[in-house]
Amino acid sequence: MSELQVSGRAWVFGDGINTDDMYPGFAMRLPLPEAAQHMFHASRPGWPDLVRPGDIVVAGRNFGLGSSRPVPLLFRELGVAALVAEQFNSLFFRNCINYGLPAATLPDATKLISEGDHIEIDFGGGSLESGGRRHTFAPLPEFLRSVLAAGGLFGQLEAAGKLRPAGGK
Amino acid sequence: MPDTLIQKVLGRASGGRAEVGEIVVCEVDLTALIDIQFAHDRLADVISVADPDKIAIVLDHAVPAPSIRDAESGRKARAFAAQHGISKVFDVGRHGIVHQVLAEQGLARPGTVVACTDSHTCAAGAVGAAARGLGPAEVLQIVCTGRTWHQVPPTLYYELSGRKSPWVNGKDLFLHIAGHYGDATGHAVEFGGPGLAGLPMSDRRTVATQGAEIGADFTIFPADELCLDYVAAAAPGAELTPVGPDEDASYAAIRPVDLSAVSPMVALPGTVIDNAGPVGDLAGTKIDQAFIGSCANGQLADLEVAAGILKGHQVAAGTRLIVTPASQQIYLEASRRGYLADLVEAGATVTNPTCGACFGYHMGTLAAGEVCLTASTRNFKGRMGSPDAEVYMASPATVAASAIRGVISDVREVAA
Repeated sequence: MSELQVSGRAWVFGDGINTDDMYPGFAMRLPLPEAAQHMFHASRPGWPDLVRPGDIVVAGRNFGLGSSRPVPLLFRELGVAALVAEQFNSLFFRNCINYGLPAATLPDATKLISEGDHIEIDFGGGSLESGGRRHTFAPLPEFLRSVLAAGGLFGQLEAAGKLRPAGGK
Repeated sequence: MPDTLIQKVLGRASGGRAEVGEIVVCEVDLTALIDIQFAHDRLADVISVADPDKIAIVLDHAVPAPSIRDAESGRKARAFAAQHGISKVFDVGRHGIVHQVLAEQGLARPGTVVACTDSHTCAAGAVGAAARGLGPAEVLQIVCTGRTWHQVPPTLYYELSGRKSPWVNGKDLFLHIAGHYGDATGHAVEFGGPGLAGLPMSDRRTVATQGAEIGADFTIFPADELCLDYVAAAAPGAELTPVGPDEDASYAAIRPVDLSAVSPMVALPGTVIDNAGPVGDLAGTKIDQAFIGSCANGQLADLEVAAGILKGHQVAAGTRLIVTPASQQIYLEASRRGYLADLVEAGATVTNPTCGACFGYHMGTLAAGEVCLTASTRNFKGRMGSPDAEVYMASPATVAASAIRGVISDVREVAA
């Protein structure tokens, strides 16, 4: 499935990056494109100006601790293509897949990947290439791959006739 | 194979045995929708809901609406309720923080599966429910289908013994665990042991609510007599179907906690994980703002202890104290009992029940350079306002005592 293959430039963050850092409370008052300009406001202010569409965010352990606010919508707003972390908070992980943002768990990711590296990820096959070296990870279960293939849960629910198309009546 | 408590609940909900690591599809007994979910979500596009009687709508995060955008969310929530025939609606005036409302309305019940977009949905684990926060898209899916999936996590078991000392609160127990044992990412956290019977429901609710802060998938207490009495009082006549763990269940770790050894604790700014210690370590730290509230610590018991400490005292000059009852029901009862008068006389500001100050969205927002001591849910950098403010966390008793002195203080000295 080609939509589950992603390549791009890596940004590397540390351990314990939380949702309030990525999507601060005050930004919840703003439309999504503006809110996205405040991602990582506490740990890395100014980052949204540096990231380019197609980039990949790599983080350490306990990535996404915190709330259920739809952080993946902000990543998608900035064009981030995928997330890789050594360990995800389960709520955050589910949230990413459900909004159509591929996410992979790779222990030692922040040791294996340096900021600026070009990496290639095959989410279906469970492999990641960085600096000429190939690493494997547990591929997503089929039912989550199908959520990604539909672009997220909303796409799936629309296809199933449970949700009216966006903006539709 | 003997099962842990979370395996038991998920197994029943999925109609089979829930093996650790397995992904099970569960019927969801109650789904709560909150005001902010209506802001930029697709709920208005939902064609039909699976079961309107298994949905509750609670307006809590931004009420009464502080902005036009939030007012629109309230309008959409009311329209959704009308369109889909949802009768469990807790609108402004009957509102409260969703987890408090589910508890006091008897909607969170032992052995059931509860879903809501708020990450502190694990609060319902205090009554033995498999409850967790899920993203807005996923909660919308549950509204449509009535089901969700869970990967059955391994369980960390906290075996409680002894009795807690005076002034020690569920918050201190939680910070003791978080500071000593660190995170529980990818695990369920279960409580039990001979000390459990002496732990009031208000403390259990604080601990269960805070499970999200150590990254636990679920935090769950068995439904003992105390719990069943609590739920029965909230839901008279309801048929309760609790489950318990098997006696020789297999746990990822068993961690003993002697409640008599837990003392008043404070978490440093940033996270609670490996970042909390006894209050004495930080005593004397100047605070600009003190806060008691949220789904974790806006309970009647929390207001009672704060009012008792503040009665006849004054909040220190240069410090402000904000108190937010977690629901209208608590607000009313605290008013009847005179707690609110004691708090206001001491110089506290008592606010409307809402999530407001806890998540830095409206009210009580911190300026750069300010220090807050909070009895709420989170101490993340930037959580309550400026990323250049510092948020320490402690129990309502410690916050009340510290507000009197204007510095982080040991309640055992102040209230002695």
